[in-house]
Amino acid sequence: MAATSSPATEQYNYDIVKKFSVMALVWGVVGMLVGVWIASELAWPFLNFDSPYISFGRFRPVHTSAVIFGFGGSALFATSYYVVQRTCQTRLWGEGLANFTFWGWQAVIVLAAVSYVMGYSQGREYAEMEWPIDILIEIVWVSYLAVFIGTLMQRKQPHIYVANWFYLAFILATALLHTFNNLAVPVGLFSLKSYSLFSGPMDAMTQWWYGHNAVGFFLTAAFLGMMYYFVPKHAGRPIYSYRLSIVHFWALSFMYMWVGTHHLHWTALPDWASTLGATFSIMLLLPSWGGMINGIMTLSGAWDKLRTDPVMRFMIVALSFYGMSTFEGPLMSLKDVNALSHYTDWTVGHVHSGALGWVAMISFGSLYHMIPKLWNTPMYSQRLINVHFWLATIGVLLYITAMWISGIMQGLMWRAFDDFGNLQYSFVESVAAMHPFYAMRAIGGMFFVTGMILMAYNCAMTIRQGVREARGAAQPAVAAA
Amino acid sequence: MSKLKHEIIETNAGWLLVATMLAISVGGLVEITPLFMIDDTMEKVDGVRPYTPLEQRGRDIYIREGCYTCHSQMVRPFRDEQLRYGHYSLAAESKYDHPFQWGSKRTGPDLARVGGKYSNEWHVQHLIKPKSVVPESVMPNYPWLLTTPLDISDVGDRLRALRATGVPYSANAEEYRRNAERFGEDVARQLHIPDAQRNLVAQAQAGNFDGDRSSVTEMDALVAYLQVLGTMVDFRQYKPEDLVKYR
Repeated sequence: MAATSSPATEQYNYDIVKKFSVMALVWGVVGMLVGVWIASELAWPFLNFDSPYISFGRFRPVHTSAVIFGFGGSALFATSYYVVQRTCQTRLWGEGLANFTFWGWQAVIVLAAVSYVMGYSQGREYAEMEWPIDILIEIVWVSYLAVFIGTLMQRKQPHIYVANWFYLAFILATALLHTFNNLAVPVGLFSLKSYSLFSGPMDAMTQWWYGHNAVGFFLTAAFLGMMYYFVPKHAGRPIYSYRLSIVHFWALSFMYMWVGTHHLHWTALPDWASTLGATFSIMLLLPSWGGMINGIMTLSGAWDKLRTDPVMRFMIVALSFYGMSTFEGPLMSLKDVNALSHYTDWTVGHVHSGALGWVAMISFGSLYHMIPKLWNTPMYSQRLINVHFWLATIGVLLYITAMWISGIMQGLMWRAFDDFGNLQYSFVESVAAMHPFYAMRAIGGMFFVTGMILMAYNCAMTIRQGVREARGAAQPAVAAA
Repeated sequence: MSKLKHEIIETNAGWLLVATMLAISVGGLVEITPLFMIDDTMEKVDGVRPYTPLEQRGRDIYIREGCYTCHSQMVRPFRDEQLRYGHYSLAAESKYDHPFQWGSKRTGPDLARVGGKYSNEWHVQHLIKPKSVVPESVMPNYPWLLTTPLDISDVGDRLRALRATGVPYSANAEEYRRNAERFGEDVARQLHIPDAQRNLVAQAQAGNFDGDRSSVTEMDALVAYLQVLGTMVDFRQYKPEDLVKYR
């Protein structure tokens, strides 16, 4: 009786996975709502309400940290702890340490958000956390590495499954990037303020080496780990090509670290550095598409699932957006394209086609696959998943279309000359021209966050249902005993 | 055969860790370390000096309010940017910027050369209510800058932290003398940490940035910072070919 009730919970530590999954949903809702808010501030500036705490400049890092580290990070912790246990067929190593990573990581997100609205920021994109929070991140991250490696070491399988390589690369790279990008001198032991150790071009180089690899490893490699487990698992088919995944992994790990300097084209960073970055960005197209093909082709022979299974649809659309944005990225890293696109909304649109289309969608798919397994009950509503899928897809498309148009328009307006060789537009004319697209972007975001809220509701109902069933199953067992 | 070799890595967590670490370390090493060693990373130009205590406090506020999320400080070498903003930015111009604020987005215009373009009064009006001077603006209002007194209690500690990163603020007579040789007596006085608070107040009083001499506000500091941006190098001294070789 006991053996049939919930064997998996004894073999694996699902408790930690559950906690992180729930927080991924919470941060998803919070972070995306803040995103919609700041997008609306740009369209309708009265929404800043003359308040220091929610003015765009302080609120924007709250959005980026909550979605990247809160939503994305929690989803990664949850899935990596799940995947590493399942594929190594062993229980998670270091239960206490794993719990510490949970509470530590949640503390990081809360402290970061509070400190930003209070006006504490390092002034480095995606690394705005001040030094005490950085130290906490470092400790949590080393614990994460220990738990992950510890679990790999006690695996019951001779081979380490490919998804774990990607998770491991993500953990290592994030540790490396975080450490070097946050070297700073605090003003005092009791002051939250610090000054970056580097300055000017060296600081810019370090920051974008970090910044782009936050995208490359945090938002790509790790989610590829997710893809390599959940897509084959959900499709019920083996990964398309094992050899391709080996090439994909090593090429991606090696090349990504070079490309950050394409954020610094035409700046005061020496030309050789940004050219080198662009070169690797273009080469990176190959492993990226190799990975995408590997994921999509895994479905060959099971394409009918796309018609019936909205979870599969999430995964395949995610891979399509991955392919799309990893094509757009190298394109934007070309110097001539970058001259037009840089500093415009095109960059923002590109980031969101990756972040919403790829990262969020693959997470949605994985969570929809995993949550029923964790709570041992089917999803509360398949129809809501389907509605979520369409809301999310329409939301992303509205968002990136708006940003393409506004970005290219901005770029062209800034460089337009009249017949006499003078600038045709003042800067503020380009600002005024953006209004309809900022409104459209905010509406796209509203679609996306509505889907996210539906998902949170759907998952909450599923969890409630799962808890009730478990209680129901437990009682007769007790009676029988 | 290649499959056989890869098996070593995928069956051993230690090897996987080491090999992955190697793969991800190369790019950063190749791109970052030379910047510190190659002489041509920074142009050799006169005039660039560390910020005065008041300007540095203004810069702190610029960072606190997240201005970099909408404004870049990096003029690119294009004809339109030259006309709109001025001479393209040099690496040397941000050599005392900890952290750099080159930015990545221009929801508003570039600010690398905004210094001296508008009057102090314009900046004050604009920061309190941007729409009052630029009706189409989407920038938030920053009315609290004018009403919040500037916290000057830890300005010495701030400069000391910057000194630890390598900015030549002077903490003793010897360093002061070196600064006087390098930047001239007037600048050297401003960079002397023991006098930081006095210098800050004096500059705010003399500059009268927020239009009110009775107190030093955050507005004073931020406007002082904005007014110095991009003004340190006198480009009339240099021919294009002097600078272009560094790019």
